[in-house]
Amino acid sequence: MAGSSIMETLFQRTLEDLIKGMRLQLIGESVFISKALEEIRREIKSTDLHTKSIALQKLTYLNSLHAVDMSWAAFHAVECMSSSRFAEKRIGYVAASQSFNESTPVLLLITNQLRKDLTSVNEYEASLALECLAKIGTVDLARDLTPEIFTLLSSSKVFVRKKSIGVTMRVFEKYPDAVRVCFKRLVENLESSDPQSLSATVGVFCELAAKDPRSYLPLAPEFYRILVDSRNNWVLIKVLKIFAKLAPLEPRLAKKVTEPICEHMRRTGAKSLMFECVRTVVESLSVYESAVKLAVAKIRELLLEDDPNLKYLGLHALSIVAPKHLWAVLENKEVVIKSLSDEDANIKLESLRLVMAMVSESSIVEICRVLVNYALKSDPEFCNEILGSILSTCARNFYEIVMDFEWYVSLLGEMSRTPHCQKGEEIESQLIDVGMRVRDARPELVRVARSLLIDPALLGNPFLNRILSAAAWVSGEYVEYSLNPFELAEALIQPRASLLPASIRAVYLQSIFKILIFCVNSYLSQTETLADWEPKVLDSISDLASVRAPIEGECEEAFNPRVLGQPSADNSIEDIGNVDDGDGQTSKFVSFSKNGFTRESIANLLNLVEVAIRPLSRSLEVEILERACNILGLIEVLKREMPAVFQNEKVLEKEELEVLKLIKLMNDAFSEELGPVSVSAQERVPIPDGLVLKDNLADLDEIMGDVKLPSASSFSLESPYYGHRMDPASSNVQSNEDSEASNESMSLLAEHRKRHGLYYLPSEGNGTISNDYPPANDLKSVDTNQDDTEDFVKLTAQSLVSKKKPNYAKPRPVVVKLDEGESVPVVPKKQDSRDDLLSGAVRDILLGDDAEKLSSSIKGKEKVNMDPLDSKENMHDMENSHHRKTTSRRSKQQPHRKERGRTSLEKLGKEKEEHGGKVKSKSSHRHGRQKSRQKAEGSSDVIAQTPVIPDFLL
Amino acid sequence: MIKAVMVMNTQGKPRLAKFYDYQPMEKQQELIRSVFSALSSRAENVSNFVEADAIFGLDSRLVYKHYATLYFVFVFDSSENELAMLDLIQVFVETLDKCFKNVCELDIVFNYSKMQTVLDEIVFGGQVLETSSAEVTKVVEEISKLEAASNAITLVPKTVSSWRGR
Repeated sequence: MAGSSIMETLFQRTLEDLIKGMRLQLIGESVFISKALEEIRREIKSTDLHTKSIALQKLTYLNSLHAVDMSWAAFHAVECMSSSRFAEKRIGYVAASQSFNESTPVLLLITNQLRKDLTSVNEYEASLALECLAKIGTVDLARDLTPEIFTLLSSSKVFVRKKSIGVTMRVFEKYPDAVRVCFKRLVENLESSDPQSLSATVGVFCELAAKDPRSYLPLAPEFYRILVDSRNNWVLIKVLKIFAKLAPLEPRLAKKVTEPICEHMRRTGAKSLMFECVRTVVESLSVYESAVKLAVAKIRELLLEDDPNLKYLGLHALSIVAPKHLWAVLENKEVVIKSLSDEDANIKLESLRLVMAMVSESSIVEICRVLVNYALKSDPEFCNEILGSILSTCARNFYEIVMDFEWYVSLLGEMSRTPHCQKGEEIESQLIDVGMRVRDARPELVRVARSLLIDPALLGNPFLNRILSAAAWVSGEYVEYSLNPFELAEALIQPRASLLPASIRAVYLQSIFKILIFCVNSYLSQTETLADWEPKVLDSISDLASVRAPIEGECEEAFNPRVLGQPSADNSIEDIGNVDDGDGQTSKFVSFSKNGFTRESIANLLNLVEVAIRPLSRSLEVEILERACNILGLIEVLKREMPAVFQNEKVLEKEELEVLKLIKLMNDAFSEELGPVSVSAQERVPIPDGLVLKDNLADLDEIMGDVKLPSASSFSLESPYYGHRMDPASSNVQSNEDSEASNESMSLLAEHRKRHGLYYLPSEGNGTISNDYPPANDLKSVDTNQDDTEDFVKLTAQSLVSKKKPNYAKPRPVVVKLDEGESVPVVPKKQDSRDDLLSGAVRDILLGDDAEKLSSSIKGKEKVNMDPLDSKENMHDMENSHHRKTTSRRSKQQPHRKERGRTSLEKLGKEKEEHGGKVKSKSSHRHGRQKSRQKAEGSSDVIAQTPVIPDFLL
Repeated sequence: MIKAVMVMNTQGKPRLAKFYDYQPMEKQQELIRSVFSALSSRAENVSNFVEADAIFGLDSRLVYKHYATLYFVFVFDSSENELAMLDLIQVFVETLDKCFKNVCELDIVFNYSKMQTVLDEIVFGGQVLETSSAEVTKVVEEISKLEAASNAITLVPKTVSSWRGR
C-alpha cells in the first residue's frame, strides 16, 4: 500500500502531462480520455493527499473542457479543501466551486472548513473560501457564514475586503436576513477611500438595485456623491446604471442627477462612460429635453464613427429613444437607411428596427415597397427578418396602420413571391385574417389568390405551401368576387397541385367544391331569371361559348382565358352584358355572365373537374379521398339531373327544381359568412352535462390498441366499392343518397353556424365593390433600377417630414374587431418571494438607519401621534436590533427569530389585555406609522404587499 | 453580472469555460457549441456583439474578441456596459500576455490553471472586482509562489514522512 503510494506519487502524471499527452495522442481523444479517467479513478482513492489532489485537478480539467462527469468526486474535493497545503487546498476549492450545486450531498460537510478558511490569517486562503461561497453558496451556507462575512467586510486587507463585498451579493440573495447584519457595513464601504472596495460595493448595489430599485432610494445621496466626485469610469458606469433605475421612481432625483450626467457626457473621453450616460438619459431621463438633445448629438457622433461597435451601439440607443422622441431617428435617417446595407448583421437588424419605428400611416406604403425590393437582394436570413418585421408591423393592433387594404393584400402576394420567403405561416394567417375582417379587401384578395394559384412555379416550394393553402381557401370562400371562377377551378386542379402535401391538397379540393357549387348555382339562377325573358340571348350566349370552348379546351394549361376569350367574343358578350343590365341585374352579375355561365361552360367545367378528380378517389389520404368523392358525387347528380336543363332552358320542371333547391341550399351554406373567432370563444361554450373533459385517456390506448387500423389499408380496401359506383346504372341510388347526406351535412353546418351565431360576427359595412381605386403599387412600380438607398432616403424625406396626410380616394375600410377577448391576457409579473424578502429586509435596515441617525423628520412625525406604550416598545426593539448588530457572532437562525417574534407577540397580547380599550387606537396608530414610512419612501403599494417579515423595528 | 466567460479556438475547441450560474454539464457543452456556431458565422471586421437571448435566455448579451486563433467571449446581462466588457476582455488578454510573455494559444492550452487564476482575480462570482492588469499579475504571481512553496516543502519529505507515518 505504502509502496504503491510512493510509486503513484513519483510516476503520477500531472495535469501538464495529461494535456501534452492529449495533444500527442494517436488513439483518438475519447479513448485517451477514458484511459486517463481510469487512471484518475485509481489515483484519487490514494490516501496521499498530494496524489489525490493532482488526480482531482486533472478531473476538474477534463470536466470543464471535455465534459467528463465529476460529480462522483465531490467527497474527494472536500478532502482536498481541508488540506493544510495551499496548492492542494486550492485544487479542492476550484473543483468544488466548479462542480457543486444545491443538490450536492457533501455540501453539508464544508461549512466548517469554509468558516475556518474565512477566518484564516492567510488572505489567499480566505479568498479561496470567498470565491467558493460566491459560486456555490446555498441558503444554509449563507446563513451559517454571515457572521464571518460581516467581520471580513471591515477587514484591513483590501484583497479580502473587496471579495467579501462581492460575496454579499450571493449571501443576500440566498439568505435575505443577512441584510440585517451586513448591510450597514456594506453601505459604509460606499464611503471607502479605497477604489477597489468602492468599485466592488457599487457593483453589488447595481445588481441589487436592478432587482428592486425602490428599496435603495434612501441611498441616493451616497450615490449622488459618487456620481459627482468619482473619476473612476468603472464606478461611474455602475452608478449611472443605479440612477437609471432610481430616477423613474423619484422625479426630484431625476432632476438633480440630469446635470451631472450631462456634464460627464460632455467631458469624458471614454466611450463606454459616454455611452452609458447616453443610455441613462434616453432610458430614464427622456423628459428632460436638453439632456435628450445632448444625448442625441452624442448618438450622432457614435453613428458617424467607423468602428462598427460604436455604430451598432448608436443605433441601439436610437431605438431606445425612438418611441418617445421620433425626431431623433428622423434626424439621423440617412445613416439609419445606409446602415441597412451594412455588412454587419447586427447593424442591419438595428437599422431595420429603426426603419420600422419610422413607419406611419402615410409612409407605410412607400417604406414597405422599398423594403420588399431590398429583401429581394439580401441574404436569406435578413430577407426573412425584413419580411417578418413588415408583417408584424402592419398587423399590429388589427392592421391599425394600414389604410389601404387592397395595397396590403397585394403586398402580401408580392412578399410570398420573394425567393427566400419563409414566412409562409404568417402570410397564411394574415391572408385569411384580412379576408375575414375586412370585407372591402375581398375582391383584391381573390385576385391575389388567383395569381398565386395559377403560377405553377410556386407549387414546388415547400415554404409557400401554407400560403397556397390560404389562397385556395380564399378563392373558395370568396369566389363570388372572382372575375372568372372557371379559371380558379382550373388553377386548383392543375396537375402540379399533386406536389402539395395532403393537408393542403384537401383545402384545394374543398375550394373546388365551393367553386363548383357557386358556378352551378349562378348558372341555374341565371337561367331561371333569364329563361322567361330572353331566350334568344341565351342561345347566342351558348353559341358564343361553344365557339370559345374549344379554344379554352386546347389552352387550358395556359391559364389565361381572359386574354384568349377577348379577341373573338368580347364585343358580343359586352352586348349581352348591356342587355342584362337593362334587365336590372346587378353589375356583379354582369361580370359573371360575361364569363359565361352557359350550359356549355358548366358542362365543360364539370367534365374537367371530374377528369382531374377521378384519380383522387383512390387516394390513400382520408381527407383527400373523402372530399374528392364528395365532388364526384355532386358532379354525378348534376349530370343526371341536368340534361333536361341543358337541353331546354325554358322548361323548368319539378325535377330540375329539385336540383335547383339542392344547389341553392349548398350555396347558402357556403355563402354564410365566416367571421373572426374570439380566442376565448371556446371557453364561453357551456360544457354539456355529463361530458367529462378532464378524464385521463391514457388507458384508452390499451383498450383501443388492437382496434386501431392502419388507415391506408382500410381505405384502399374500400376503393373497389368506389370504382363500382362509377357504373352509372347502379350509382344513381348511391350518389343520390350521397348527395343527400352531404346536403344534410351542409344544412347541419348552416344550422350550427346559426346556433352559435354569437361567436361569429354580424356582417357590417356594405358589400359594394368599387373598382375605381387603383392598386397603390401600380403607381410607380418600375423604378427599381434606381439605387434603393438613395431612393429610400428621398422618399422618407418626402413622406416622413410632410406631416399632412395624403388624401385617400376612399375612406379606410372597416376592420372587424371583437371588442373583447382578442388580446392575449397579460399575466401580471409575480415577484420572486425571495426578492420580496430581500427588499423587505433592505427597507427595514435602511429605514432603521434613517430612524436612528438622519431623518428626524419622519421620527418627529411618528412622535406626534405616538402613545407612550408604543414608543417604549419601539425603543426596546431598537435596542434589540442594535444589540443584534453589534453582537454579530450570535447566529440568527430562523427558528430563533420566530420564537422572538412570537414572544413579542405574546407580550403584545398581554399588553392588549392590560390596556383593554387601547387596542383599537393602537392598531390604527400602527397603520398610521406604516403610512408615514411609505411616504418617506415615496412608495405606496409595495410595502403593503411585502410578506410578513418579523419586523424588529416595529 | 457576468454569466459566463469562454475562451475557444477558431475550430470550436474550448480552452476555458466558466459559468457563473450553475449549468449542468450537458447544458454547458450545448452553450459552448451554440456560441461557437454564432461566432464562426460572423465575418471579420464586424461589430463584436452578438444577440445572445436565444442562447442564454432573456437579457443576455455577448461580447467577443478574436485574437489570432482564439475567441474570447464574455456573456453578461444589462447590469454591465458593453464597451466596458470589451475593455475587460482587453484587460484579461493583456494580463495573460504579461503572465506568459507574448501569449499564444499553446500557452493557454498548457497553463490552464494559471489562466483560470487570472480570470478568478478579475471576475469574482460574476462580478468584476479588478480591472487593473498590474494588480492581477501581482496576485497571480503571489499565488503561484505560495503554491510552489507549499509543494517544495512537501514534495520529497512529504512522501517519505507520510509513508513513515503510516
